Amino acid sequence: MASIHSIPSVEEQYEFTAESKRKLTIGIIAGVVLVGLGAFLAAKGIGSHEHVEAAHGGAQSAEGHHAYKWTTRLWANVWLNSVYFTGAAVTGMFWLAYNYLAQAGWSAVFKRVPEALPAFLPVTGILMLITFFVAGHDLFHWTHAELFDKNSPEYDPIIAGKRGFLNTPFFLIRLVIYFAAWYGLWRLLRNFSLREDLEGGTEYYEKSIKFGTAFLVIFAVTSSTSAWDFVMSMDTHWFSTMFGWYTLASWHVTGLAIITLVVVSLKEQGYLKAVNASHLHDLGKFMFAFSIFWAYVWFAQFMLIYYANLPEETIYYRERFTGHGGIYQAPFFVNLFMCFFFPFLVLMTRDAKRTPIVLKIACWGIIIGHYFDFYENIMPAAVGEHGGFGPIEFGMILIFACAFIWSVSTQLTKGNLIPRNHPMLEESLHHDI
Amino acid sequence: MAVQHNDNAKFLVGIYDDDDVVLKAVKEVKNAGVRIHEVYSPFPIHGLDVALGHPRTRIGIAAFLFGLTGFLCMVALTVYTMGYDWPMIIGGKDPYSLPAYIPVMFEFTVLFTALGMVGTFLVSNGLGPTVKPLMFDLRSTDNKFVMAIDLNKNKLSETEIATVLRTSGAAEVNVKQF
Repeated sequence: MASIHSIPSVEEQYEFTAESKRKLTIGIIAGVVLVGLGAFLAAKGIGSHEHVEAAHGGAQSAEGHHAYKWTTRLWANVWLNSVYFTGAAVTGMFWLAYNYLAQAGWSAVFKRVPEALPAFLPVTGILMLITFFVAGHDLFHWTHAELFDKNSPEYDPIIAGKRGFLNTPFFLIRLVIYFAAWYGLWRLLRNFSLREDLEGGTEYYEKSIKFGTAFLVIFAVTSSTSAWDFVMSMDTHWFSTMFGWYTLASWHVTGLAIITLVVVSLKEQGYLKAVNASHLHDLGKFMFAFSIFWAYVWFAQFMLIYYANLPEETIYYRERFTGHGGIYQAPFFVNLFMCFFFPFLVLMTRDAKRTPIVLKIACWGIIIGHYFDFYENIMPAAVGEHGGFGPIEFGMILIFACAFIWSVSTQLTKGNLIPRNHPMLEESLHHDI
Repeated sequence: MAVQHNDNAKFLVGIYDDDDVVLKAVKEVKNAGVRIHEVYSPFPIHGLDVALGHPRTRIGIAAFLFGLTGFLCMVALTVYTMGYDWPMIIGGKDPYSLPAYIPVMFEFTVLFTALGMVGTFLVSNGLGPTVKPLMFDLRSTDNKFVMAIDLNKNKLSETEIATVLRTSGAAEVNVKQF
């Protein structure tokens, strides 16, 4: 319907204003203050409690290094947020890759938004390496050497059987490979895209399809194995064959919500004028569909464990449902509600998907809901009864979120906001459903 | 649009060669005060439904209601059989344990929606074993765009409408009686 004359200019340069930089700095400082406050309270409160226990139980002091340290909660939060934002970042690359492979036209106009997300990968990658070196022994049960020693009373035949996969050198190699492969391939696609802006032609488009497809092949394997490494291995005994899919579903829909949120926000700030209601409608459909997909995978995993009723599997849900004094029961339902029922009901109608404010509400629901998804998976295994939701959690989210926004905003300034020489741009500008 | 067979039905049929022409023609013909019965095209034309002034489809609401019916049927079935009529303990679980019944609720929601939509499609398009569909011009399934105008529902005369159609770009104007 739209004629060529009604299409706004594609020349747009995003400006990362000093005002937004100031706000983000304040956000990061507030986060640091909150984390400091939380750490202070944790060190005071729980530290003294353990001191009394240690004095009483002289015989148990041999197990001293199993005792809970208040810093564990701090590092568990770094790990949790790193995993969450790694997923958000890598989904940008995932989106680019499958859109190239499908030769999708409609999404070309806001392609710079998913393209900006993976720049955050080195930050989370390095933080995860640091966390593993500093606190790996407290967070990952399988790092304890005596579990694999047949003569030790701690010997655990089940965990010993997983030694081929769960050992420190191989874990570190995998961690580095994931980030190197994801980030490296993104850099390639990003450079192609920026050069295409200047030189035009279809050469870079063809190359992007090739390397994007290579990424999909690699990601097909690494998305599953990284989910086992980053999240599932914390519950060392437990395993689920659905877990790779489950984490990918969670990461993917989080990334989609962030892409949509950024597109809508840019539009509200007066950028991306060429994005019309049909683009928003399709983004809304994406979020709607993948929220249902997440719920489907979540339920498939839960259902089989619930019905088979095997103790070594049900312990996972038992721990989250009634274990640790019941502190993980509320997040369990918040997670389910925010990730499925809320977006399902909010995004169901056509008008909702075409209304920016409704889309934004649904995006925030999904983004917050999936934080609780990872919270629910990681925290009971990492800190158990010492967990909770206090200043440390809020502060850490604030720090990571502000840093992530900073990284995305910086990337958005590095090129024209609309890929002006993308071969599919014309189709995207006329997108009409 | 369901079309009922009517012995007095008399239509004027404009045949167009191009989708852009027919899209523009719809606006011109409507501006001339002619009521258009329907436009037939071999492929969907973007914006045609808006130009024709069709109301928004209510198929989404229908789908939701079909799905809800299927869902409630299975809620009723599981509650009645396992919760009330003949409670059984299976696998050490409570007789009425909701998670076990979610798959059947989900499947029936999907099944009822799918079957309901097929039925809605057949009814709203006037298709069925005994219904004879109105075919204005066979070439609308090939490479022509066909605009049908019901003469009984228009105040203008046949010749006046034919002139409007021709000036709007119709390659042929035929009379069709059923």
